[in-house]
Amino acid sequence: MSRIEILSQLQKVFAEVFDDDDIVITEETVADDVDGWDSLNHITLIAEVEDNFDMKFAMKDVIGMKNIGDMVDILELEE
Amino acid sequence: MSLPTFLQLSRASKRDISAFPSHRLAILGDCATQHLSTAIRGYAFNEEWGFDVLDADYNQIDALVLDPSSELYEFAPQTVLLYMCTESLYEFFCTTPVSQRPDFAEMIMERIRGYWVRIQQTIRTHILQFTFVVADDAVFGSYALKTPISFPFQLQKLNFLLMQASVEAGDVTLIDLNGIQSVVGRSTFHDERLYYIAKMPIAAEMLPRVAKNVVDAVSARCGRFKKCVVLDLDGTLWGGVIGDDGLDGIQVGELGLGHAFSDFQLWLKELRERGIILAVCSKNNEDIAKEPFECHPEMVLRLEDISVFVANWEDKATNICHIQQKLNIGMDSMVFLDDNPFERELVSSLIPNITVPQLPEDPALYLHFLRELNLFETASYSNEDRGRTEQYRAEAGRVELQQQLGSFDEYLQGLDMKAFAAPFDAFHTPRIAQLTQRSNQFNLRTIRYTDAEIEAVATDEQHITRYFTLHDRFGEHGLVSVVILDKQIEDTLFISEWLMSCRVLKRGMEEFIINAIMEVARQEGLLKVVGEYIPTAKNAMVAQIYKKLGFVDVGDGRFEANVATFETNTTYIKEEKTHE
Repeated sequence: MSRIEILSQLQKVFAEVFDDDDIVITEETVADDVDGWDSLNHITLIAEVEDNFDMKFAMKDVIGMKNIGDMVDILELEE
Repeated sequence: MSLPTFLQLSRASKRDISAFPSHRLAILGDCATQHLSTAIRGYAFNEEWGFDVLDADYNQIDALVLDPSSELYEFAPQTVLLYMCTESLYEFFCTTPVSQRPDFAEMIMERIRGYWVRIQQTIRTHILQFTFVVADDAVFGSYALKTPISFPFQLQKLNFLLMQASVEAGDVTLIDLNGIQSVVGRSTFHDERLYYIAKMPIAAEMLPRVAKNVVDAVSARCGRFKKCVVLDLDGTLWGGVIGDDGLDGIQVGELGLGHAFSDFQLWLKELRERGIILAVCSKNNEDIAKEPFECHPEMVLRLEDISVFVANWEDKATNICHIQQKLNIGMDSMVFLDDNPFERELVSSLIPNITVPQLPEDPALYLHFLRELNLFETASYSNEDRGRTEQYRAEAGRVELQQQLGSFDEYLQGLDMKAFAAPFDAFHTPRIAQLTQRSNQFNLRTIRYTDAEIEAVATDEQHITRYFTLHDRFGEHGLVSVVILDKQIEDTLFISEWLMSCRVLKRGMEEFIINAIMEVARQEGLLKVVGEYIPTAKNAMVAQIYKKLGFVDVGDGRFEANVATFETNTTYIKEEKTHE
């Protein structure tokens, strides 16, 4: 899957988790940019991303991701 | 009735609950409980409960419980959920000197009992206490269970002490978190990363299941619980069809498939012992339906276990209303168990409040599936519960049916039923012959045919043959009826064979078939159609079928209809010209 494809699939997960169909994410998006992306919803988000991409993040990744680009990096390596 | 996902519950938790009855729940934990709290609120919303949840800060149990002016008591919860997790317990265990470890469980139990006492001295509230999930620290291997200073030894003892203490404590209910974990396994129940990152000992995917058990317990404590199970018979309580297969043919008992049904019955009997009313609602003749309960040596359930026994050919929604009126209990306290998806759909669409589990197709899975649903939560048990079946048996029969249902006709119309009729062909011969040999109830003359005889009658000029299939928006019913018409007598069409599967009774299929037979006679230029009913021990249900469908009784079990003046029967089944 290309980075663009990963990003577009992630967009669907974000729309689900944050209950916002109009949400737009880019590789530069950080938690502060998304309404409701706090530490609690981060856990929910991680679980949903793992479910959608059929993978598991390592503990350091769950904490260490700075922006969506970091998440895409990890998902790209999973391929 | 599968569980919603955590995300769905999370959405539901944000919905407006002002229309629902409210309930104040405080959650105190020595781990992070925010997600659990979200799941509980969401699950409660789905159950039409407005849960107001005080989600206390992490690890504040002591402060909140001991200080009489704490936010816990200010909140005045109707229910307090105490969650002390195994993971924190283990950390504490590891710092406990080995010399004190033999009494570690007792020490923890005293602390928990202290919480219970203190809370209930301060406010009147119901306490829910999670059991400790069992986890082996793999320090002693299997030897741990015979080593009192090991963690597994103390942990399992602690769960037992909790049970003992809850017997003596007043308003305390244990929620068996360990029981939930044991169904799915520790590796599914617990997500190490979530625990280390967020102090969440329960994996996100397990939260809905845990939330369900919490809400179920609160509901039961507040008087929302199940009182009655309404049971179908054929395919549900035993394998096979009693009306067709007879007492020797149904599957129940030690052997083969029968074992799954006997085990299921054992469980139902246990429910009855604990005070759940059992009722029967079956499409059958009453005497035939009762026969296994009275005469089958391996039936577990007996007639005296059943408080209300309804076996007739009415639709099941009407019958269930009848049962409900007799028992005088709420529809929302009733559970309907039926293997047939059509009956389930009919009942749940006409009676919205009743619980209708979507039983798995394989009877081997009935029990596991139903146990997982945790339908029979209760908040009390007394000796009166045991006598309930007798009590309801005595009271039943006095109350008359009053309630009117939604329109059955409208329901049938909405089913979008389509039937297909065709002369016998080689492909269907085995199924047709089998039906003539097996069908006993809806079978007008009960004449049995072999494959060869079916083939012969299909090619014979004197006979006209038809098989009928039916499907509706829920799926395919397959080949449901067989008709053989005889032109032997001048001007007359004689119905020499008519049988139908009882599963499709009362949906307009019998009307559809008679209309089709009259149409055949018309096309053949015949004036009269004659049907005959030959009584057997099992086919009483069709004794009057010709009369009901517009034929005239001419005596000797024979019925006639005039082709020219016959009034077509109303049916919602449409004819399909081609099939598959």
